[in-house]
Amino acid sequence: MGKVLMKGNEVIGESAIQAGCKYFFGYPITPQSELVAYMAQRLPEVEGLFLQAESEVAAINMVYGASSAGVRVMTSSSSPGFSLKQEGISFLASAELPAVIVNIARGGPGLGNIQPSQSDYFQATKGGGHGDYNTPVLAPSSLQEIVELTDEAFRIADEYRTPVILLGDGMLGQMMEPVDFEVTKDNKEFQKDWATTGTVGDGPPKTITSLDLDDVRLEERNKQLQIKYKKIKATETKVECYLMDDAEVAVVAYGTVSRIVRSAIKRARDNGIKVGLIRPISLWPFPVEKIAYYSNKVKSIITVEMNAGQMVEDVRLAVEGKVPVTFYGRTGGVIPSINEVHEQILSMVNEVAK
Amino acid sequence: MKEEIIIAGFGGQGVMSMGQFLTYAGLKEGKEVTWFPSYGPEQRGGTANVSVVISDQPVDSPVIDEPTAFLALNKPSFNKFYSHVKESGNIFINSDLITNYAKRNDVVIHEITATQIAQHIGNERIAGMVLLGAFIEKTGILSKESLYSALKDVLGESKKHLIPMNKKAILEGIHVMQD
Repeated sequence: MGKVLMKGNEVIGESAIQAGCKYFFGYPITPQSELVAYMAQRLPEVEGLFLQAESEVAAINMVYGASSAGVRVMTSSSSPGFSLKQEGISFLASAELPAVIVNIARGGPGLGNIQPSQSDYFQATKGGGHGDYNTPVLAPSSLQEIVELTDEAFRIADEYRTPVILLGDGMLGQMMEPVDFEVTKDNKEFQKDWATTGTVGDGPPKTITSLDLDDVRLEERNKQLQIKYKKIKATETKVECYLMDDAEVAVVAYGTVSRIVRSAIKRARDNGIKVGLIRPISLWPFPVEKIAYYSNKVKSIITVEMNAGQMVEDVRLAVEGKVPVTFYGRTGGVIPSINEVHEQILSMVNEVAK
Repeated sequence: MKEEIIIAGFGGQGVMSMGQFLTYAGLKEGKEVTWFPSYGPEQRGGTANVSVVISDQPVDSPVIDEPTAFLALNKPSFNKFYSHVKESGNIFINSDLITNYAKRNDVVIHEITATQIAQHIGNERIAGMVLLGAFIEKTGILSKESLYSALKDVLGESKKHLIPMNKKAILEGIHVMQD
């Protein structure tokens, strides 16, 4: 097949299908509608099922139902629609149901606009809905990485029985670049003996629920969830370091913004500035160890985001005050330019030299 | 070799397709490419633009702040990006629609009567393709053969009949630069 050109949204759809996702419940919203359209066209071709729900709330609850039956299932939305799904995501987390939920984020708050944004970072990484839970969050920065991380999202979802969030933005969803689908994928088979597929006298009836009126039992469920989250933190953290070996200052950025940062870093390197990039790929679990490691090596760190300063809090927690951590961001769907980021790197270097 | 290209015009002038032709042609030549459209409400009636990067190296930012090439199809779009074009960059303008502007001496401006040429071929809507032809001839970033072959990919079966006319427009653009 070789490399093909597709929009980011379509790449998510094709990657999901290749990961064995046969069920998709969604509702259109810009800038992720191409994903819904792609699934509507492709899923019948692979004997899957596409259903446009009457709302985002309905779609996430359909995901709950399909996942209970043990199949690989996905839904997607963009910021305002993703907020509507939060109750359902909390239910999925509590009932320990695997699913992949895509957020191609746009400018907020409220209805906001349709331009790219990273202002849903808190919502995605800190639980989002009610109750004590987290969901793994994967943030691709290129269309090729979507192929890899969509496959990973389904693997992690099944491995830990948890909803997994694939977080992108309008830029990632709308842009095109060549992708190769013929890459190594995880083909692990999962035995879902917990799925409610009906019993044939082979054991007691199975129950999937997020309700438990007994406080002690619910606390036990919470403890089990926390044990699971600890395991995910220990094994599923993903991060990329770029030009960090000799770096004297560092930029932390994720997703599409990290590509703008990369260009700015090259510009700064051309002028002899030793700057590198730490790019969290999993936003939860957050790459605390890697950032802590480099906070002993660099003199200063800046976090660049398309929001008012969200991931910077996690960076500061990881750095523990060892070096200054500053922030630069644009909001409302404005994309920071390479020049702006370059200027920020220069002023950080000037500050360090003082 | 690397070109960072912004194409801008009114919605309906074929800006997005022009970007796709370049992107598909780049892929055919084994180059690294990105295509990033403006997808806001400005597409309806107002200005639309697309950023295309064609490079021998993997592309970092798909967002361009200093284009090395700028193809302008109308005055509002021209005004929006004119001052951002990188020093010694190439600007290709449809001089039938864009007149009376302050000349920059640090860039190369190619004034092309694209609408007239397109009308002569038979459809003024292919004016942009004349600029594309001029662009590949001037920069040498893509061959005309790969651009021709990209027409087929982007236009598809339903618009196949438009290919000869588009080829003619590309060729005219190439000739303008050769003269």
